Amino acid sequence: MEVTITINGTPVTSEIEPRTLLVHFVRENAGLRGTHWGCDTSNCGTCVLWVDGSPVKSCTMLAAQADGHEVTTVEGLEQGGVLDPIQQGFIECHGLQCGFCTPGMMMTGRWLLDNNPNPSEAEIRDCISGQICRCTGYKNIVASIQWAAEHPATSEVTA
Amino acid sequence: MQTPAPVDYARATSVADAIALLEKHGEEARLLAGGHSLLPMMKLRLARPEILIDLNDLDELRGIRIEGDEIVVGAMVTHAEILDSPVLAEHYAIFREAEKVIADPIVRNKGTIGGSMCQADPSEDLSAVGSALKGSVVIQGSGGKRTLALREFHEGPYETKVGDAEILTEVRFPIRPGAGSAYEKVERRVGDWPVASVGVFVVVAGGVVTDCGIGLTAVGAEHFCAPDAEAYLIGKAPTEENLAAAAQLAADACTPYADQRGPVDYKLHLACELTLRALRKAAASSQGA
Repeated sequence: MEVTITINGTPVTSEIEPRTLLVHFVRENAGLRGTHWGCDTSNCGTCVLWVDGSPVKSCTMLAAQADGHEVTTVEGLEQGGVLDPIQQGFIECHGLQCGFCTPGMMMTGRWLLDNNPNPSEAEIRDCISGQICRCTGYKNIVASIQWAAEHPATSEVTA
Repeated sequence: MQTPAPVDYARATSVADAIALLEKHGEEARLLAGGHSLLPMMKLRLARPEILIDLNDLDELRGIRIEGDEIVVGAMVTHAEILDSPVLAEHYAIFREAEKVIADPIVRNKGTIGGSMCQADPSEDLSAVGSALKGSVVIQGSGGKRTLALREFHEGPYETKVGDAEILTEVRFPIRPGAGSAYEKVERRVGDWPVASVGVFVVVAGGVVTDCGIGLTAVGAEHFCAPDAEAYLIGKAPTEENLAAAAQLAADACTPYADQRGPVDYKLHLACELTLRALRKAAASSQGA
């Protein structure tokens, strides 16, 4: 079947098998390898991206379901050469070691801040509770999201 | 790499269209709601449908509204929407308390109440909620609609009374003025299935319990409920002694099996203790505490 999915503002049209998972469409058909593919069972959360502005685990959604919808991936966070504060926060606070969980953590973190600009530590931990990091013990990930909450200004797009 | 076996895909344009597609494709068709149970089962080849009928375009299955003395929740309403619903929160604390501990925030964005009910997992939290509140479901086929009590909905684990060419379209909950409700769950880690969960509602009037419902999940309670414990409480004051006796009757209605989440005696202990905690909270809430 033919599907068209708008990814980070650009329509991507491909002929796919209906069983194709959205995570594979994004990585293989659209060539965007920022979204990682991990546990395949909706437990680890590294494949989190947004569909119509809402985060989903893309290993547990068919690409066919996203036909005609808007997808935002980690590549879509940076605007006009300026990193999103959530990305800058992970740099400032050493929010990653191996980096495998990072794209999902950043997509969930950005979504949290869009809906709750000043979350408590408990709210941050609750929001990333469906995502697994095996390096940081989560402390620095929480600190990275807090840094982004405290520095919202860098999200202004410099056209 | 885990990928489902080859499968066809169709997007239903209406409930009638979905029913027509089900009739056309027979028992090898499956409805796709949130997909967070069905797609993992397809990856593991535990389910191998020939065609998926996607319900995600059907706005007629969305929304939470009041109709007469019932709250009506559309089958495609997500866990996240239930968690955030002011209408549900106004009438029953049980919804927020249960949804906060179902899966994780990202999964809650996709999983639906209709999908959860029809998956009929013996550890499903919403099944305990539905049974506690003595809710009902509306099931639609080409011959029309029928309404069924949730306490008659389950045939057994993963089996319901929804026929091959039928769709669950709504879940309905009676509104009970003055009711208090609560949900208690023990899980091994955040987002996991329960070791045991209990949801209850209690109405206290004139110093005695005039109505109550007790729902339990993951502990082998038939239809996720404990009718003997409910009957015991009616007409009695909600004292610690009476609530504890009802909690023991609720545990007596359970037949859990031992698994990696715990042995039988532990689960029975949880069924009793969690029922007691939920009854205390709900009774206090009904009395305005």
